[in-house]
Amino acid sequence: MNPVAPAGGRTPAGPHVIAVVSAGLSEPSSTRLLAGRLGEATVHSLGERGVVAEVRTVELRALAQELTTMLLTGVASANLRAALDAVARADGLVAVSPIFSGSYNGLFKTFFDVLDDGALAGMPTLLGATAGTVRHSLAIEHALRPLFAYLGAFTVPTGVFAATDDFGHSSGVRADDAVAPLADRVAAGAAELAALVAVRERTAPVDPFALTESFENLLRGT
Amino acid sequence: MQFGVFSVGDVTPDPTTGRAPTEHERIQAMVAIALKAEEVGLDVFATGEHHNPPFVPSSPTTLLGYIAARTERIILSTATTLITTNDPVKIAEDYAMLQHLAGGRVDLMMGRGNTGPVYPWFGEDIRNGIALAVEKYALLHRLWREDVVDWEGKFRTPLQSFTSTPRPLDGVPPFVWHGSIRSPQIAEQAAYYGDGFFHNNIFWPIEHTKQMIGLYRERFEHHGHGRADQAIVGLGGQVFMRAGSQDAVREFRPYFDVAPVYGHGPSLEEFTEMTPLTVGSPQQVIDRYAAMRDHVGDYQRQMFLMDHAGLPLQTVLEQIEILGTEVVPVLRKEMAVGRPADVPDAPTHASLVAAAGGAKDVTVYALDGVTGRAAEVGVG
Repeated sequence: MNPVAPAGGRTPAGPHVIAVVSAGLSEPSSTRLLAGRLGEATVHSLGERGVVAEVRTVELRALAQELTTMLLTGVASANLRAALDAVARADGLVAVSPIFSGSYNGLFKTFFDVLDDGALAGMPTLLGATAGTVRHSLAIEHALRPLFAYLGAFTVPTGVFAATDDFGHSSGVRADDAVAPLADRVAAGAAELAALVAVRERTAPVDPFALTESFENLLRGT
Repeated sequence: MQFGVFSVGDVTPDPTTGRAPTEHERIQAMVAIALKAEEVGLDVFATGEHHNPPFVPSSPTTLLGYIAARTERIILSTATTLITTNDPVKIAEDYAMLQHLAGGRVDLMMGRGNTGPVYPWFGEDIRNGIALAVEKYALLHRLWREDVVDWEGKFRTPLQSFTSTPRPLDGVPPFVWHGSIRSPQIAEQAAYYGDGFFHNNIFWPIEHTKQMIGLYRERFEHHGHGRADQAIVGLGGQVFMRAGSQDAVREFRPYFDVAPVYGHGPSLEEFTEMTPLTVGSPQQVIDRYAAMRDHVGDYQRQMFLMDHAGLPLQTVLEQIEILGTEVVPVLRKEMAVGRPADVPDAPTHASLVAAAGGAKDVTVYALDGVTGRAAEVGVG
């Protein structure tokens, strides 16, 4: 199965693309579920702003072996290359990992390790995470956010964390919720991401084979 | 079209026996491989240059000089010569010397080297890799073409009135290839000088190779050296063959599975699909490599990695025998079909001398300290 949903070839003038990366491991996966909801909510919010957008989902589970191969050989399989390009060329990114041992899982880190340098510079990004209990709820702030700061991504202030319990709380059901229900947090994060995506200047993806300097300049050592 | 073998010169244990060759054995094996390559009619033997274990070839011209003395015909080359960490003055001297000793059967391939610590061992910094390659090659290029060089740059002591000796054989510098896997600046460098470009694609999918070669060809034409399809292109390759393809797979798999670089990673089948590695019958190798020009256009040099991952010397020699007697003769014929007459072969010493209007002695004689005049030429 191709882990990258078909996109039909986005042209610069085509719909905006929100890449949704999920590092969930089980099937079905609550991480994948949260990632999907964040992506859809972002497309919806963009729609309200009059921006046509679509989601491209990258499920890392299906790429796990190919990611290891790339770590060892430097070469991306065709599927993995398509996934890396989908993320690099997207207008916005939703990145969601399950929390393992207090941080994102190894699969999630591997994907962002092999992503081309600079691919996420300035990329509007919404972070999400899932875990069994709410005790991990700050993992987005202490683990995911520093990683994306290093990568130069433009992360929105809201990170959406979902513990198992959250999937049983819908908006307005429990008046005693100290925090907003998951659906509200999904909507808040997606609205922030949509706001950034809507105003971001769309640029063509960097061509790794492009010559950026004349050879005469290189010779002069300028 | 030239066909040859290139050796990394790694000392790797044979995974089927656990035994690693000594450095001495490995060095002698490289010589035996070069002699075998000539014996079976291959055109080129190239050695890597490395300055750290597990590799032995730290001194390429010593090795190639010795091989030159024991061969008649084969071209001696490098894969690669570290333009970043070597002094271009020493490269100019060493390879001109080798040219004289080998009767011109010398070319070389420039590479940057990707082992970080090697740079500081030679006083350099890997972050300057491209700049080092550009500046040092610019100097090397002049040292072989100008008798007296005044030069100043960022990365070495300035030169005033410097003459690199010996001067190139017959007044013709060795042909130079530039090897790079993913740096467009190096493809541009090769194109700028009208030199050859070698893409060592042994770990890379053909789509990537195609893009790098495409860039080089386009820039070769841009810089006025000829049409894009006349640029001088070389590719790497890797094969293991037995008459029965399943026998080849069975015998090579234990070496593949734990090989340096790609071992413990993709399966043999996956890697074969992703890269030019072909494990099977000679006919399968012929089919795979005859199709390379469909991707990169008619090209000039195909090199094969035959001797790594701890394969025993005897096996490597058998492989080179199969390559030279069963595969290359067929590939030569197939590659010639439909090849335009004005797509050149890779330059050789003879073709470069002919292009320069014939051989000329370019010995630079020292000035006499008393008279200030050069010694008489050809005294006696």
